[in-house]
Amino acid sequence: MASEHTEAATGEAGASDETDRTSGGSGSAEDEYNAFLTREGIERSADGPLSNMRVAVKDNISTEGIETTCGSAMLADYVPPYDATVVTRLKGAGATIVGKTNMDEFGMGGTTETSAFGPTENPRAPGRVAGGSSGGSAAAVAAGLADAALGSDTGGSIRNPAAFCGVVGLKPTYGLVSRYGLVAYANSLEQIGPIAPTVEEAGEVLDVIAGPDDRDATTCPPADHGSETDSGDDTADSENAGGEQPDGSYADAATGDVEGTTIGVLADLVDGADEAVVDAFERSIDALEDQGATIEAVSLESIDHALAAYYVIAMGEASSNLARFDGVRYGPSPAEDDGESERGGDWNEAYARVREAGFGEEVKRRVLLGTYALSAGYHDKYYAKAQDARTWVKRDFEAAFEDVDVLASPTMPVIPPKVGERIDDPLRLYLMDANTVPVNLANLPAVSVPAVETPGSRHDDDSEGHDNDGRENQNLPVGVQFIGRAFDEAGILRVASALD
Amino acid sequence: MTAHAVEAHESESERERDREFAAVIGLEVHVQLETSTKVFCGCSTDSATEPNTNVCPTCLGLPGALPTLNEAAVEAALKLGKAIDADVPDRTRFHRKNYYYPDLPKNFQITQYDAPICADGALEVSVEGDSREIAITRAHLEEDPGSLAHARGGRRTSIDAAEYTLVDYNRAGVPLMEIVTEPDFRRPTEVRGFLSKLESVLEYLGIFDADRDGSLRVDANISMVPESEESDEGSIPSDVLETANRTEVKNISSHKGAEKALAYEVTRQRNALQRGREIEQETRHWDESRGVTVSMRTKEAEADYRYFAEADLPPLEVGDWAEEVEIPELPEARRERFEREHGLGREAASKLTSTKAVADFYENLTTEFDSDLAATWVADELLGELNYRDLTTEDVEGRLDEFRRLISLVADGEITEKNATTVLREMLDEGDDPDSIIEANGMGKADDDEVSAAVEATIEANPEAVADYENGEEGAINFLVGQVMQATGGSADPGSVNVMLRERLNG
Ligand SMILES: [Zn+2]
Repeated sequence: MASEHTEAATGEAGASDETDRTSGGSGSAEDEYNAFLTREGIERSADGPLSNMRVAVKDNISTEGIETTCGSAMLADYVPPYDATVVTRLKGAGATIVGKTNMDEFGMGGTTETSAFGPTENPRAPGRVAGGSSGGSAAAVAAGLADAALGSDTGGSIRNPAAFCGVVGLKPTYGLVSRYGLVAYANSLEQIGPIAPTVEEAGEVLDVIAGPDDRDATTCPPADHGSETDSGDDTADSENAGGEQPDGSYADAATGDVEGTTIGVLADLVDGADEAVVDAFERSIDALEDQGATIEAVSLESIDHALAAYYVIAMGEASSNLARFDGVRYGPSPAEDDGESERGGDWNEAYARVREAGFGEEVKRRVLLGTYALSAGYHDKYYAKAQDARTWVKRDFEAAFEDVDVLASPTMPVIPPKVGERIDDPLRLYLMDANTVPVNLANLPAVSVPAVETPGSRHDDDSEGHDNDGRENQNLPVGVQFIGRAFDEAGILRVASALD
Repeated sequence: MTAHAVEAHESESERERDREFAAVIGLEVHVQLETSTKVFCGCSTDSATEPNTNVCPTCLGLPGALPTLNEAAVEAALKLGKAIDADVPDRTRFHRKNYYYPDLPKNFQITQYDAPICADGALEVSVEGDSREIAITRAHLEEDPGSLAHARGGRRTSIDAAEYTLVDYNRAGVPLMEIVTEPDFRRPTEVRGFLSKLESVLEYLGIFDADRDGSLRVDANISMVPESEESDEGSIPSDVLETANRTEVKNISSHKGAEKALAYEVTRQRNALQRGREIEQETRHWDESRGVTVSMRTKEAEADYRYFAEADLPPLEVGDWAEEVEIPELPEARRERFEREHGLGREAASKLTSTKAVADFYENLTTEFDSDLAATWVADELLGELNYRDLTTEDVEGRLDEFRRLISLVADGEITEKNATTVLREMLDEGDDPDSIIEANGMGKADDDEVSAAVEATIEANPEAVADYENGEEGAINFLVGQVMQATGGSADPGSVNVMLRERLNG
């Protein structure tokens, strides 16, 4: 089953280049990075603001009549009978969808190496991973195989590959973009968002996909923006939240103007990062200061607990969200290529056979850990405690936003690892998420933009020959993350646009 | 119940065993709420279609589909809350109950856990003249799973004999209320009374359709405690309850079934205890056709449902909504009104308000007929004859016009009450309408000429009785009336025959 997809991914059939797009127009160019799982064009249903755009869609976003595998053997043959709301909106806005992109299985990973269909390579750092879990989406954009892409971000899965591939990736405020049709990994944490070469183009895609949806009860009507959307938290400070221009265009927010903006640097997240990352990050912050921004150091007490809290919550939700993959309605049949086991019998045994064969190691690990964390006797020790930590993280961010307009940190604490380098060490993989997960716990918007003088940055051309000193990590992509108040996507896009 | 009486009483320990036990019963009742669409998607709740046709990505649990809450289901739940005088929280929310079962599309059920939409309600039940209040711990909203059909060789069979199992998701997502009572029942008859009262209230509220297959499902917990522990008000100390071994009886689907299943369990457990055996803490299955409960062989592992909040459905503010929701007149209030407005006795008024359909029918009749006549014909005649045949008004719902016709024939004096009863029985047994039954049997009231002729003929044929009457023997007139009635096939009015005979003989 995997080979089928690899063929589809490298083949030329079905790739649509019937667009007016001329810049970077390589619609049917070979997918040498394994960015796509399916290259099948979905025609736009109307003319609109994205008529010139070829958009790649992460393979956990449902597309009617086109395989949606989530990077898993479990769903290798699954063809949804319906479109996700974001797909309907893209088509309605004139976008041409050029294919479905590779990803870590069910979004569980940060390198796209847990995909059942092979890893995606980084177009801007050969031999290295593209990041994940939306690695295929970021690589497709970085390689020019798409003008923009949709990813999903549960704990950094848009920002991480955007940073590693030298492109822009935005994780919206929880509730800004409909999740209807997004195959859930951890439904209280994740959002669909755009990946694009520039901040402005990311804004153009966000303009189309954002907004309330009757099919997703967690999307907020515009009037609600500016009040806390999450449950059980009465500490919302309506003055503190709210976007700069909630009714305007996100693309128009990319003015590059940071004059008078106060940027808080999350010192704890800088301290833990690799030297090459810190260098590029600091150069970017200096550039913003040069352009008139005020820089302050900010420390969040709760941030040390965010990673553990994130993994407990994400795995707990995953254990429930992935329970439906039992072979009854779709996926491999319990009897399939299983000569020795008698057909029928105990339902539980049939489920176990299907799930044993269909899920990869990382998915099994997270489902088992999540099941454990929710179990009687452990629920309070782990899950309830993680929820408390989540509330604490939210409050910490709210307090920080009383003093600053946006917060900044390196998106990833490391430079992109080599393919195969980290995959066997789950803990090291999980640690890579330290800078991105707090944002998901707090339901906030965040964008990753290439640091100045790194691959993908517009200023990168100027940096050719920049005192290279022969250091190996010098010319690898580094992302800067800007975090905003709830529904202040415009604010972080404006600041990010000052770097690209 | 007399099993203990035939036991030999030899030793003190046996006497100890022979003490009386009181049953302690609590219920978990699942009722389907009648809404036009499912609770978390827009699919129809209509059950009368092909399998797997009222389905969509959401109720099939397809990857990526999300639930959205049907406000009509919430409204129905709030109405029930008001009717049972429950507390409704300001904010309610949903949880996931995680377990694997083929009828469960997502392998979790969206239900409520720590903030049920209704808590601390009560329902008053009267059984055999005794009125008791049954406390309702909680009532919460959830989604129904799909339904399973076990089959072998293309035919339906039991789960044990099945070759394969088919799943129908038409039912998946139909709104359910799970109503949990305190262990306040002491007798199976009270359980039956409670269930009919509950069903009646739900019908009055217009949120329940008793005809729908599987619309009412009951699980019962039962344990036996020494009768001496029971207080005069029927309460049992909680420590006694906790130490008693509890049996859960599943698969009960009717009021009558509940009474039978629990009567069976009471006898079984009492017999076991009196023989000195322990009651096993277990789940038993009510086998309706055999009239027994059977131990479920598969020993279920301690269920751990790993409840956690359903993030796809934001918490719902229902406090103000609950204040605003309006409910119609309930059985109790209607009974009191019937007593007041129509001058009915309590028993007749209770009968006439037992279901909404009966009460509506009666009330409608009173606009046209004398309310006493209507009460007699509905409460005594119609309900009596239905009950005798194990039928309910729902079984004859489409024939209410025929009963109205019958009553109008009585009211207009076109048929005697005696004949009307015969017609009613024939209507129920043969399914014919009143007019054709009357015509076929010549039961219409005889006209005056016909009666006069019969009076003449009777006088002619019974000179001895006539002589007795003329000699002052009053009893003779009754004999003569009987003769006239016989001659007219019962279609004459005995009172007026009496008068006619006297006039004829005296004059
Ligand atoms: Zn549906």
